[in-house]
Amino acid sequence: MYSGRAHKVGANIDTDAIIPARFLVTTDTGELGANCMEGLEPGWIKRVSPGDFIVAGENFGCGSSREHAPLALLGAGVKVVLAKSFARIFYRNAFNMGLILLEIGDGTAAIGDGDRLEIDIDKGLIKNLAGGAEIPFQPVPASMKEILDQGGLVGYVRSRLDGQPA
Amino acid sequence: MKHTLAQKILQRHTGDAITADGQIAVCKVSLVLANDITAPLAAKSFYAMGATKVFDKDKVVLVSDHFTPNKDIASAEQVKVVREFARAMGLTHYYEGGAAGVEHALLPELGLVGPGDIVVGADSHTCTYGGLCAFATGMGSTDAAAAMALGETWFKVPPTIRVDISGEPAPFVGGKDLILNVIGRIGVAGARYKALEFGGDAIDALSVEGRMTMANMAIEAGGKVGLFAADEKTLAYCSARGRTGDALLAPDDGAIYERRLAIDAASLSPQVACPHLPDNVRPVEECRDVKIDQAVIGSCTNGRIEDLRVAAAVLKGKKADKNVRLIVLPATPGIWKQALKEGLLEIFMDAGAVVGPATCGPCLGGHMGILASGEVCVATTNRNFRGRMGSLDSRVYLAGPAVAAASALAGHIIHPGKV
Ligand code: SF4
Repeated sequence: MYSGRAHKVGANIDTDAIIPARFLVTTDTGELGANCMEGLEPGWIKRVSPGDFIVAGENFGCGSSREHAPLALLGAGVKVVLAKSFARIFYRNAFNMGLILLEIGDGTAAIGDGDRLEIDIDKGLIKNLAGGAEIPFQPVPASMKEILDQGGLVGYVRSRLDGQPA
Repeated sequence: MKHTLAQKILQRHTGDAITADGQIAVCKVSLVLANDITAPLAAKSFYAMGATKVFDKDKVVLVSDHFTPNKDIASAEQVKVVREFARAMGLTHYYEGGAAGVEHALLPELGLVGPGDIVVGADSHTCTYGGLCAFATGMGSTDAAAAMALGETWFKVPPTIRVDISGEPAPFVGGKDLILNVIGRIGVAGARYKALEFGGDAIDALSVEGRMTMANMAIEAGGKVGLFAADEKTLAYCSARGRTGDALLAPDDGAIYERRLAIDAASLSPQVACPHLPDNVRPVEECRDVKIDQAVIGSCTNGRIEDLRVAAAVLKGKKADKNVRLIVLPATPGIWKQALKEGLLEIFMDAGAVVGPATCGPCLGGHMGILASGEVCVATTNRNFRGRMGSLDSRVYLAGPAVAAASALAGHIIHPGKV
């Protein structure tokens, strides 16, 4: 069960908004997190507490393949992003890094900026404690769940390589 | 089953029968790529995976092109990580300094990619090689690391949007204008999770370089790949770069497309994507009064020799407006040398341009042409997201090399036929 506050953002939030290129001179999650969403609104990170959610419109994460984008979100304490839809490379990257993405379509309309949410990943249910709305969602696809359960792609490949002759 | 180009190439690299879109296919990869931004993370993931060697020393390519020549200490440290990883793995293809250029211009030039290949790169514009009929797509660093270790990766077989372009384009209308028009029509998410496949007589007539310009921006429509059939031109391009054994490759007759789009190239003006999304596309005439502070000609989209020739033809014997910084970055050392030989660099310098090294530079707001607040740039690059080239209050207009060059002369966006 995840709980936290919702931070609403618009459609087509690109990876330059999530983490501008000038901050790509590190691979450190904490440093990236400190500059999360600097390309959307300077100082955005100050509003976010660990465990909070981002609630976005269509095509969240479009643009570059930088894995620094999901890392910046994780570094900012965001563990789950809800959106109408996600861009493809970002989708893959997020699960590889252990960031959970939930595609909830028009369900985003029932969530306001600042609303407190409770999310049950296994049941596939979001509760909006602000207005009482319940938003069901399609559970995370099995192949993605498998990667998440192994702590991301690193764990998955590690287990495969363990079985290989050196 | 009749296959689209995407399905056909995937099928060649997997033991499973590809029978439907949406199916997961585990495929052998022909090449894995990363750069100075993404390779440090890939190396970190690679080692964390417990991997000790890459699947094939000749098939992992690392190019330090984004923040190079190193713009500051932090980027120098990143390049050092890439260099050390390349050495530790004994990679044949590591490019830095005078050997490096913008990766997606460099790899085709070196003959490292060709028809029927599967290329995965930790860079979203890896899709450029679709212009040579390679199933090439961007991934994150950790996916690339996994491919470096295993020599394979998984794909969801994408449904395909077929785009047929016919007719003879007007003067100054090139590959960039065609792809901007497509993106304007289908939107930045129009090909999300999908393949784009291009054909038609305008595509047959287009140069291989022009096709790469188009494939390059498939990602700006959200696409997984942007594919062109391999024809005689493709084979000539590849063999001139030392490749052997490449063959013609086309989609099957009767392949099933999710959607078809037909475009009449003859009806198009040069196209411009206005701030702040690549799908905010208008004919150049509608952007006429936009004053500019900078014009950038370069990048993996339009930094090839053909692009420089187009720009030079517009600039020849003229001077850029005194209020415009014109920056020309030939995309690879090979292109640089060719442009020098042909006298193009002299034309640029006589026009008042800064001619810079083969680097991504300002394209991603790295260095060598960053915008101040309120400034406007017309660029031959591929993204105009807010703040992409500098200040959050700057604006970037995307166009082909003819429009960028003409606008530099006029001081505002203009049709190249008007200067
Ligand atoms: S030129 Fe621009 S788009 Fe191309 S690889 Fe470099 S930063 Fe990316």
